[in-house]
Amino acid sequence: MSNWKFMVRQLVKNPLSLAGLIIITIFIIIAIFAPLIAPTPQGARDAYLIPRDGYFATPQPPSDEHVFGTTEGQYDIFYGCIWGTRSAFRVALVVMAVAVLIGLALGSLAGYFGGILDEVIMRITDIFLAFPALILAMAIVAAIGPSLRSVMIALCVVWWPSYARLIRGDILALREEDYVEASRGLGASSARVITRHVLPNAIYPSLIMASLDIGAVVLSAAALSFLGLGSPEGYADWGQMTQFARNWMVGPPGEPFKYWYAVVTPGAFILFFVLGWNLLGDAFRDIFDPRLARR
Amino acid sequence: MELRAYIIRRLLLLIPVLFGVTLFIFGITMFFTPGQRATLYVSAPQQMRDLPAVIEQYGLDRPFIMQYGTWIGQVFRGNLGWSTVVSMPVANAILHYLPATLELALLATPLIIMIGIFFGTRAASHKDKPLDHGTRVVAILGWSLPTFWLGLLLMMVFYGYFRGLFPPGRLSIPYEVAVNSAPFIRYTRINTLDAILNLNGPVLVDALRHLVMPVITISTVNVAFIMRLMRSSMLESLGKGYILTARAKGLDERIVIGKHARRNALIPVITVSGYLFAALAGGAVITETIFSFKGIGWWASQSALRLDIPSVLGFALFMAILFVLVNLVVDILYTRVDPRVRLGGAVQ
Repeated sequence: MSNWKFMVRQLVKNPLSLAGLIIITIFIIIAIFAPLIAPTPQGARDAYLIPRDGYFATPQPPSDEHVFGTTEGQYDIFYGCIWGTRSAFRVALVVMAVAVLIGLALGSLAGYFGGILDEVIMRITDIFLAFPALILAMAIVAAIGPSLRSVMIALCVVWWPSYARLIRGDILALREEDYVEASRGLGASSARVITRHVLPNAIYPSLIMASLDIGAVVLSAAALSFLGLGSPEGYADWGQMTQFARNWMVGPPGEPFKYWYAVVTPGAFILFFVLGWNLLGDAFRDIFDPRLARR
Repeated sequence: MELRAYIIRRLLLLIPVLFGVTLFIFGITMFFTPGQRATLYVSAPQQMRDLPAVIEQYGLDRPFIMQYGTWIGQVFRGNLGWSTVVSMPVANAILHYLPATLELALLATPLIIMIGIFFGTRAASHKDKPLDHGTRVVAILGWSLPTFWLGLLLMMVFYGYFRGLFPPGRLSIPYEVAVNSAPFIRYTRINTLDAILNLNGPVLVDALRHLVMPVITISTVNVAFIMRLMRSSMLESLGKGYILTARAKGLDERIVIGKHARRNALIPVITVSGYLFAALAGGAVITETIFSFKGIGWWASQSALRLDIPSVLGFALFMAILFVLVNLVVDILYTRVDPRVRLGGAVQ
């Protein structure tokens, strides 16, 4: 498709989006080859459980055996960071896909049919958007029990309303276009008009927003994990690993940065992952938003 | 007179919103069994056998509408219920934790807006030059930082390396004592403001030292938003015909940018700034948690974690009122910035 070629060319041309592309590609490689980069020890119950080297409380600095060091409770930081990449991709992609799909469905219903349906759906999104997302997500996770799956469910619940609103707005404008009128005049059903004529034209802003939002989803998931609401202890998850570092940010007198590796490494993985997506999303916006492209 | 009627009409619209929000939150809580909701009121495993009594006492197994009706009835009598997590009435909890959050929001919001507008304007007037790219990189970087991680790093440096130069918490213990004893009057419970009103220099300095890290954290992760918005709004405004006119008649570029372009570009920024303030005044959960700066966000998150439903509902009421009021202020501000805008109508 020439559209794809155009997009890729634009992404590679700009140094920032190229950087984003490279960062995300590296993470994709890490995720795919995780079993080779950080082999799971023999007899492990679940590859996502970080192997631990004893139960000693104090984090241990990087060594030959543990290249990134260990957290409190001796979880291997390198293993956790590598396998945590898979967790991050899973959360980001699942939440984004579900939220966009729900938003698309409800938003297009509201926008296309209008009337009471529109009122009801939009008032529901108002309520969701008026309440702080993180606190709502915390309540949902607390209710259904802390786990990575609960975090994903909670984030889907708080994320779809903004997509529903965006899609609705675009559809309101498209609904009046001549080609929609023409299709209706030819006797096409509502379902056909929506799926064939309206949605394909209304979907781009949502996709741009989704690419800009992936970073925010990962940050929110990490924040929930950091608050102890995410995966069970020892699961490969960057947010949780940062939480392990919380008691060790200040070293003993005279060595304030003694435990830097426990604090810096997992957080840096989150930062680069989110940064990669944000750089890409920013570029997508410039490419796809014709209003901005003209400038 | 027009203004007063407008304000009254908007405030009346608040009533259905409040009903909607609370009904919705109440509805969510109904997904839990009465037993789950009752666990809020027990603290030891031995008390588990008292659960049926608790369910009976609080009427947790009655129909949804009746439970909601009871709660609303109490709200109309001015009783928001009891916040179990902090052992005080919900209304008191809001008043107790709000000042800390307001202190953060009132310091961080103007800082974010000023930095955002300054660099956003520069980036637009230097489009595709190094300054534009530089601010873009810094903005995206700040926006990608995990809040909790930035907090930990700041603590590592300013609390660890610089030996408690900027400590966490709201006040150091000696000043905490001073603030709560006789000559010091807590007018607002906003420490910096109270220190100024009491003309107490040391308390002011101590309160400010505790504010440095949370304010840096909040500003860093939020400034990108305003900066990027200001940039694109400014670019749009710079493309308008009146800018060409202004330049054609030989106006100084500083006046073209500062007076003609920026004034018009500010309008969307005002809306977003309003939301930013409302969001920050609703509590910066992670920042407040990391720095033990116990504000309303911390309280709300603790309540959410323990399914303390009266507290969550009280917080929801507070947030809804806050958002409606902020929206109202933003709409009124529009008319000051843009004389074409009329209250309650479209741009003429």
